[in-house]
Amino acid sequence: MLQIRRDLVDAMVAHARRDHPDEACGVIAGPEGSDRPERFIPMLNAARSPTFYEFDSTDLLRLYRDMDSRDEVPVVIYHSHTATEAYPSRTDISYASEPDAHYVLVSTRDPEVHELRSYRIVDGVVTEEPVEVVESYRFAHTGPDDVPERG
Amino acid sequence: MAVTVSIPTILRTHTGGEKTVSAAGATLAEVIDNLEANHGGLKARLVKDGTLHRFVNVYVNDEDVRFAGGLEAKVADGDNVTILPAVAGG
Repeated sequence: MLQIRRDLVDAMVAHARRDHPDEACGVIAGPEGSDRPERFIPMLNAARSPTFYEFDSTDLLRLYRDMDSRDEVPVVIYHSHTATEAYPSRTDISYASEPDAHYVLVSTRDPEVHELRSYRIVDGVVTEEPVEVVESYRFAHTGPDDVPERG
Repeated sequence: MAVTVSIPTILRTHTGGEKTVSAAGATLAEVIDNLEANHGGLKARLVKDGTLHRFVNVYVNDEDVRFAGGLEAKVADGDNVTILPAVAGG
């Protein structure tokens, strides 16, 4: 499951809307081992394309050095689909190489209502996971026993 | 010549979990061969058909080797080689 603050969801959706019809992309970093997305880092789509996204290689190096120096990892890696549903494409799956990351997809094909979904992508296998949007991590339940079953 | 190589999370299964390892060589190709000798399986994740795999970015210090000769990129004693998976998709 991805548990994520509402302001971070809003920031991803705003970025996706802003760059539409090109794909938008970025990372939400968090402390290593925490699985808690905290620091929103929108990235430039070097491909500037409605069907492809790619972090610029210089930006990528800077991003990872910066995260390393803060003991952070990319907890969320997000990008938008601007004409299709929020499900990983074959290209998304072939490139996915952060087995611990939540891959978040935002679809902006509907101008009014966005679609946001989250996946694990490990060794080419896609597993969708629930997204729990919270106002604050401080008051959020963390233990599986504390979370009521949802219908 | 010894260089320090930063290994991304997804390849650390080949380095016993280590984030950085030492390697030797005067070119990136030699460094990768030396890595392979000590951490079997790494080369196949980096090189395909004699060129760098398109899914990985490799840097010598701050420079993407795609703009510096690819596998023939020169490395010098004390250089840092950083391997990062490309973040891309469709």
